[in-house]
Amino acid sequence: MTVRRPASVVVALAAVVALTAGACASGGDAAESTPGITADSVTIGSTIPLTGTAAPGYSEQGPAAKAFFDYVNANGGINGRKITLKYLDDAYNPAQTVTLTKQLVLQDKVFAIVGSLGTPTHTKVVDFLNSSRVPDLFVASGCTCWDQPEKNPYTFGWQPDYTVEGKILGDYVKKNLAGKKVAYFYQDDDFGRDGMKGLDKYIDQSLVVSRQPYQPGNTDVAAQVSAIAASKADVVVLEAIPAYTALFKLTSLKLGYSPTLVASSVGADPITVSGLLENFAKQAGSSVKGQDLIEGLVTSAYLPPLDDTSNSWTALFKKIHDQYIPNVPFDGNVYYAMAYAYTFTQALARAGQNPTRQGVIDALKKGGLTGPGLVPFRYGADSHAGYTGGQIATIKDGKQVSSGTPLTTDDGDGPVTPYTQPQPQAPANGIPAA
Amino acid sequence: MTALAAAAPVRVWQRSTLVRHLTLSVLGLIVLYFVTTSLDSFANLQFAQICYTAIATAGLTVLSGLSGQISLGHGAFVAVGAYTTALLLEHLDWPLVLVLLGSVVVGGALGSLVGVAAARLRGPYLAGATLALAVGLPSLADYHGLRELLGGANGLIVTSDPPPLSLGETFPLERWQAWICGFCLVVTLFLLANLTRSRIGRDMRLVREDEQAAALSGVHVARTQIVTFGISAAFAGLAGGLFAIVNSLAAPGAFTLALSLSLLTAAVLGGLGSLAGAVYGAVIVTLLPNWTADLAQQADLPRAIYANIPLVLYGLVLIVVIIAFPGGIQSGVRKLGALLKARFVRPLQTRQETRR
Repeated sequence: MTVRRPASVVVALAAVVALTAGACASGGDAAESTPGITADSVTIGSTIPLTGTAAPGYSEQGPAAKAFFDYVNANGGINGRKITLKYLDDAYNPAQTVTLTKQLVLQDKVFAIVGSLGTPTHTKVVDFLNSSRVPDLFVASGCTCWDQPEKNPYTFGWQPDYTVEGKILGDYVKKNLAGKKVAYFYQDDDFGRDGMKGLDKYIDQSLVVSRQPYQPGNTDVAAQVSAIAASKADVVVLEAIPAYTALFKLTSLKLGYSPTLVASSVGADPITVSGLLENFAKQAGSSVKGQDLIEGLVTSAYLPPLDDTSNSWTALFKKIHDQYIPNVPFDGNVYYAMAYAYTFTQALARAGQNPTRQGVIDALKKGGLTGPGLVPFRYGADSHAGYTGGQIATIKDGKQVSSGTPLTTDDGDGPVTPYTQPQPQAPANGIPAA
Repeated sequence: MTALAAAAPVRVWQRSTLVRHLTLSVLGLIVLYFVTTSLDSFANLQFAQICYTAIATAGLTVLSGLSGQISLGHGAFVAVGAYTTALLLEHLDWPLVLVLLGSVVVGGALGSLVGVAAARLRGPYLAGATLALAVGLPSLADYHGLRELLGGANGLIVTSDPPPLSLGETFPLERWQAWICGFCLVVTLFLLANLTRSRIGRDMRLVREDEQAAALSGVHVARTQIVTFGISAAFAGLAGGLFAIVNSLAAPGAFTLALSLSLLTAAVLGGLGSLAGAVYGAVIVTLLPNWTADLAQQADLPRAIYANIPLVLYGLVLIVVIIAFPGGIQSGVRKLGALLKARFVRPLQTRQETRR
């Protein structure tokens, strides 16, 4: 009688077999040519949070990058090949990132991974991608860790890393707010700590009167803001994501404390932050005008302002946005994703008529890539770091107003130097030439 | 004479649980070998994921199905197992078997500790306490004193040894990991199947049915509950160790409340208390999100809908299965088996008897 129960375990195991075998049936044939490349297509993949706590804002990056590729495809593609982007939802869960990245590489056989988002997520697949020799391009995070060409020859960063940005902001504070007392409000992880590393290279340590960390997820920052207010700092540097820029501002408003704010570009997109300010205030039963609250906030920008339609890049991206994804707000995330999508098409074009994985890597290492950035890329034989600086901008009437010239630096002890070359114009048809 | 010779092995089969389970385990291992060699790399990865999910679910199904305790926090034990493996591999470089045993021991120790509290709690209070464990424990990784060791919010990257060279230089890593996980699953099912038929297993059922009656018959209720909780958590720890190796990580973001709930979902879907059910449940919770995401991708839906389709389909499948098989998939399989037996086996037997 009891024989049947354990036997059913074997039945169950057999069922697993049948189901997993079914799951992999669609694997497709592996030609000896480059994975993801056919005569008329290039397939690439990406992991982005589309659901969960990290999704707001960031989830726009998938559709935005895809919109740019759709535009390129509609205009003939790159060397006659249409680009297909398959972006999957990892919900900012690193275990999901690992599974989905392996799915993209092993099952969907993508040519490259482009624009995967997040530090805690993407750090877990760098080893896998490099040992599988899959180009791992333009990781959407400012971690300094993507720039390790010796250890990770296939991984490339894209945005300025947090230390570079910290140095630019620190240089600004040192020169323009000399002698003022400074406090830091930072996210308690690599983002905040790398940023402070850059700030500390320029800001005199005797002037730093308070350093207050916050944990992402905990929205009560009253203790930290009170401590900063009590330290009577004249300047507060925010190494924070947009939600915490807004929370800091609202909490300090309640305390009647209004220091000069300097913020990392990560948390300074005026549209996102003023929207959040109004939302949070509404939840607390009051109403504020978000735009007024961030007036005068200083940040460092590496892409042109969103509302400057006289800029050829902004005009191009706005045109694509209006045509392909009119339901998504045209904000910093959309601009960001279209910009890295442009960089990918440029690298692909430079890899020649018959692109290979190594060909794209070589094209990047050769340097000389241009694009919508205000500053150049650092890509070269011994660097995999992306944009290498930024331009100081102040928020006026809800818009970023640039001042001075763009500045460049590195994440080591290199100086902050002005970059005087004019920004290149976007190609007339929006598609990079080889 | 011939009838007697044929009857002897059958009698051994029916009487000796050990022989029966050993035979089935060996059969299981053979099946595993052929499956993993025929699957491609990504399917082998999914296979490994199914195996460690099934291990954790099997532990949970014994706890909830046999001893009647509920745990919404098994993800926490998986997390502890994963971090144990990650730390042992990084700092001590022990052989894999010892590392995994380490995860089992640490998971089991923590489980016994929680079990002491759990033995005092009933129903919703136990659910609440274990829920708090699942929510609270992973954030310990970002606690100031522990951050250096546990890697904070970023977690740890786990690098395990590649497949042994004796298997050949091109032996795929995913197949090797599927072997490790599959072997562990077979061992887990063997041990738990024996346990449920042992004295402890009978004590568990007694405690589940009526604690007072069990106490009156000389069963130590609290001790049985603590032991069960410890055993259950030990297997969750093993699952965690395998999780760390397969996914090459131990990070707080991977051990969300959703993980704990999906383990419980797997146990209930498969059939609470059934080891085969744990395997069915693990297959569903591992593969379903993948399939639904593919489906949503192909349908080319608007962005807001597209992202939520997998969650909706997941919910739908849960509702359908629970309506169709309130006792889980295994109860459905049993019913089907009984139906087939009544249809084909019994008429055959009666025919043979009449012929004799």
